[in-house]
Amino acid sequence: MIARKSERLMNLTICLLVARHFVPKHRIRQAVEGYHDLSDDAFDRMFDRDKEELRLLGVPIELGAINKAFEDEPGYRVRRDKFELPEIRLEADEAAVVGLAARVWQHASLAAATSQGLRKLRAAGVPVDESALTILEPQLAANEPAFDPVFDAVTQRRPIEFDYRTRGAGEPARRHVEPWGIVSWHGHWYLIGHDRDREAARMFRLSRIEGTVSAGEPGGFEPPTNLDLRALASSLAPPQPHSSATVRVRSGAGDLLRRRATTSREAVDGWTEITLPYGDEAALADELASFGSDVVVTAPDEVRAGVVRRLAAVAAEVAP
Amino acid sequence: MTANAQTQVERMLALVPYLRDREGIPLDQVAKDFKVKPAQIVKDLNVLWFCGLPDAMPGDMIDIDMDALDGDGVVRLSNADYLNRPLRLAPHEALALAVALRALREASGEQEREAVDRTLAKLEQAAGEPVASAAVIDVHIDPVDPQIRAAVDLALRENRRMHLRYYVPGRDETTERDVDPMRLVFSEGHAYLEAWCNRVQEGRFFRLDRMTAAEVLDESASPPANARRKDLSGGLFQPAADDPLAVLELDPAASWVAEYYPIEERTDLADGRVRVALRFRDEQWLQRLVLRLGGAATVVEPTEVADAVRARAQEALANYSGS
Repeated sequence: MIARKSERLMNLTICLLVARHFVPKHRIRQAVEGYHDLSDDAFDRMFDRDKEELRLLGVPIELGAINKAFEDEPGYRVRRDKFELPEIRLEADEAAVVGLAARVWQHASLAAATSQGLRKLRAAGVPVDESALTILEPQLAANEPAFDPVFDAVTQRRPIEFDYRTRGAGEPARRHVEPWGIVSWHGHWYLIGHDRDREAARMFRLSRIEGTVSAGEPGGFEPPTNLDLRALASSLAPPQPHSSATVRVRSGAGDLLRRRATTSREAVDGWTEITLPYGDEAALADELASFGSDVVVTAPDEVRAGVVRRLAAVAAEVAP
Repeated sequence: MTANAQTQVERMLALVPYLRDREGIPLDQVAKDFKVKPAQIVKDLNVLWFCGLPDAMPGDMIDIDMDALDGDGVVRLSNADYLNRPLRLAPHEALALAVALRALREASGEQEREAVDRTLAKLEQAAGEPVASAAVIDVHIDPVDPQIRAAVDLALRENRRMHLRYYVPGRDETTERDVDPMRLVFSEGHAYLEAWCNRVQEGRFFRLDRMTAAEVLDESASPPANARRKDLSGGLFQPAADDPLAVLELDPAASWVAEYYPIEERTDLADGRVRVALRFRDEQWLQRLVLRLGGAATVVEPTEVADAVRARAQEALANYSGS
């Protein structure tokens, strides 16, 4: 019966919150409706479960020694200063910002956590306007199955292991990682952490984690102090441009390439020859192949050969 | 909303201080603020009615004016002085809020950023230690040309029409169009302007980094009355049900396609290959995707597209022959 249980949990919370001293268990049993008619064992079990559920909600239940007058049975209490949301006053524009924050998460459990946080702020008298029609809407989705287990492992500092598929490689490989943090980088979620096998910091795309993520004990590692995820992401992310390619672009085509070009000169028949900086040879060849006959690679040979190989593979393709 | 006791207790612990502050508030408003049905709030009140101080006698219980609730649909709660503040933010709540605010900060223009920073600072102070751990999640949004961004911000703020030079990658084509801006959306690391496009007479998303020029016109934006903001809960790009369907077979090297685009069907084949069905609006886009995949994808259907893309590859190869 949900109502009975809710009532008992509320009364237990109030009982511990208004107490000036630690309350012994037998007093709680007398004072809180719902514990009266149980056997000793049944009461013990129910009380333990109730305490645990309240702790999960964030109710800070403390266990401590009661003064001598109550024998030496331990008692329980909730300290008001640790229970209550501290004072928070928001200006009108700040309240609008909080209202916007309510729409950011597209991920079920984080959206629910945000809503619950906002209810508390509203209950504390903070005006939160969620209905305003806004012109700015950042969205954070997290559809990767690995997001939730990795998120929990990060917040609880549990080391994890999982199967990871690198781009292009066939079989996934087992990785052992101390998860420091999660970062959304170029629109994808990545785990950043210490790779125990490679003994170095590594970045893992969550969408390439396969199967279940197994987690170790909470507090199983120490993240570095002054963790700077953004700096780590930019140093671990795919390579920055270090080479350049020369390509010819047909008149009217490839505007996106022209915008990235470092040099550009007119060639014959309305073609333009441009220089493109690049970091990842395969990624550039993929992109240039997509332009078909509107782009021709002049140099270097590796990129040129890469594009020719791709085009030849498509040209030779026979429907199955 | 699930009706388990934990959820109900969590809500009631916020409901009591909320109601203490708002005597006589309409039930419907309470339900709206708590995102539950009015009947659920009534159930909560019926539970609270039995809650109170330890060893409570009837007069010590939380008092709810049931006549006012039944008669006028308003809520009056009293005799709950010991619950005058909500429970503090749980670590996961503080973290979710802080990350949402960070994302908002990343997305903000110069003008709003300062307010977001102030809000974050106050929230961190109120939440205490848990938000310090928010350093474990970061959201990075790719920066766009500040001039383009400033123009979009101005047009939205002053509700003015814009002229865009816009690159359409699927067709490798730069287009010119007048649009009526509606809002700026950030999704999967990119900024998009949602606007009514006067050229195609449809609402569209325009990625800011694909605008080559953005001019704010003197005319005010006037999207037609039937222009609706798209519901984003299913993602920005949801194919229409009447878009044609393509069937592709992907090698492992091309398997990212199945996670990147909305897929209608997926069948695992031998050797790690998969067969997927996806909808496409623009055949040019599909052809360019297959060229990019360089043989790691085979078009099974439509066969016309398979033929066309093969012909395009042969034509492109001719550029390389004899040199």
